[in-house]
Amino acid sequence: MSDLLRVDGLCLATADKSLVEDLSFTIAPGERFGVIGESGSGKSLTALAITGLLPRAIRPSGQISLAGQQVVGASERQLAALRGPAVATVFQEPLTALDPLMPLGRQIALPVQRRLKREGADTSRTAVARDVRLLLDQVRLPDPDRLIHAFPHQVSGGQRQRVAIAMALACRPQLLIADEPTTALDVTTQAEIVKLITALVDELGIALLFISHDLAVVGQVAERVMVMRHGRAVETGPAAKVLTAPDDAYTRKLVDAARRFDTALEGRA
Amino acid sequence: MTLLSMENVEFAYGKARPVLKDISFSVPRGANVGLVGESGSGKSTLLRLLLGLDSPQKGRILFDGQELKARNAGYMRRYRKRVQAVFQDPYSSLNPAHRILRIVTEPLRSLKLPGDHRQLARDAIEAVGLTPDTLERFPHEFSGGQRQRIAIARAIIARPELVLADEAVSALDLSTRVRVVDLFQDISQAMTMVFVSHDMGVVAALCDQLVVLDRGHIVEAGPTAAILRAPSHPYTQSLLASIPRMPVPAHPNPQDPR
Repeated sequence: MSDLLRVDGLCLATADKSLVEDLSFTIAPGERFGVIGESGSGKSLTALAITGLLPRAIRPSGQISLAGQQVVGASERQLAALRGPAVATVFQEPLTALDPLMPLGRQIALPVQRRLKREGADTSRTAVARDVRLLLDQVRLPDPDRLIHAFPHQVSGGQRQRVAIAMALACRPQLLIADEPTTALDVTTQAEIVKLITALVDELGIALLFISHDLAVVGQVAERVMVMRHGRAVETGPAAKVLTAPDDAYTRKLVDAARRFDTALEGRA
Repeated sequence: MTLLSMENVEFAYGKARPVLKDISFSVPRGANVGLVGESGSGKSTLLRLLLGLDSPQKGRILFDGQELKARNAGYMRRYRKRVQAVFQDPYSSLNPAHRILRIVTEPLRSLKLPGDHRQLARDAIEAVGLTPDTLERFPHEFSGGQRQRIAIARAIIARPELVLADEAVSALDLSTRVRVVDLFQDISQAMTMVFVSHDMGVVAALCDQLVVLDRGHIVEAGPTAAILRAPSHPYTQSLLASIPRMPVPAHPNPQDPR
């Protein structure tokens, strides 16, 4: 099967500083791929580069091929056509990703309308409302009647993130990018969201690019992982291998650190 | 010997619903006590009470056998000599306009403590694993982990009996976090520590005693190892079950991925 996403020799730089260097990786259709990195590793910039959302000051070079379309150097029109059908993103902080002044139901309706129009389907009020309800069910949001009229500040952080996931799914993308989607959440909520994302992408056949600093979370989600440091990939491979028997010294340092807290949790520290 | 205790403490902000209800626990001298809870558990409010920034409406806080008098300036001055804090964000807790020497020696000045402040600062900065030339530099020259070391140096310079740490390693990257946890472990040998965090793994690595908070109540308290091995409260159980763990090598040959 040909790759859905192929990043080849990607470099990202400002006028005086290199931020990502010679980065290459691929994601197959339906694959769950994890990117692990500490702050400043370039993991989030890589996600922005894939969606063509880099700040102006950062210049990309190299190749990013997404669903057969070249992203680096593409026009804003070409990129707009990719966002939605090819890729959608869930960000870390759902409070800033959602419009504070718009009811949640309407926020989900926007990408639904866009997709229905793109597909040449019925965009009537009832058709949109039906899809919004379907999405709310899919992300297991309770009490949808109340929720569609609620504003972001009136629901919990976990519910806000479910809304953000619903908005991303509304696009029916081939690739879902989740950038630290559980980092702002409590651990019990994180567990639910991780389960939800993993189940949904499998059920819908969507490929996943899951970005996190948390090795254990990535281990729960991803089949294959890439570890980044200072803008470079230091190790890429099957999650089960990289997280248990890493080849790279830096990966090993991270794995040992994560294990130390795991060991402490067993009450053996 | 108990250094610090709360007895049936209740606290509410204004006329709102109490955010802490019937809180009782004690911190033995020399112990490391972890206060864990998720957002809304009341852990930050509890810490504010321990810092004397607010007073409980019901119950009392005892420090070394005496009631904590948050509104008595003279008492609080003596209290701060004995109790210091380390906060979460190493970027906002150090004054960017001051050299590290001035930042680290601040407790000595505000508490009007005698002695060679520069020498004490050198000792403190070396105790946290930094070199003395650090003292001549400014906060922006340091990474998050180094800044947190500086904040720890400031907390220990007046040789307090108790250090209160509020999510003190939560903002740090994993590889840095491990080293700062090691540092806390070192300094905790010499003093009593109350470590407030949402991160059960960190608390498990650092604290011999655990207090689990949920929505303003203590749901479980006791020795860390015992709680981790057999949590008795359903909330603690679900908290522990939710923490993602690293995969364990499933295959006898770790070189083989599956």
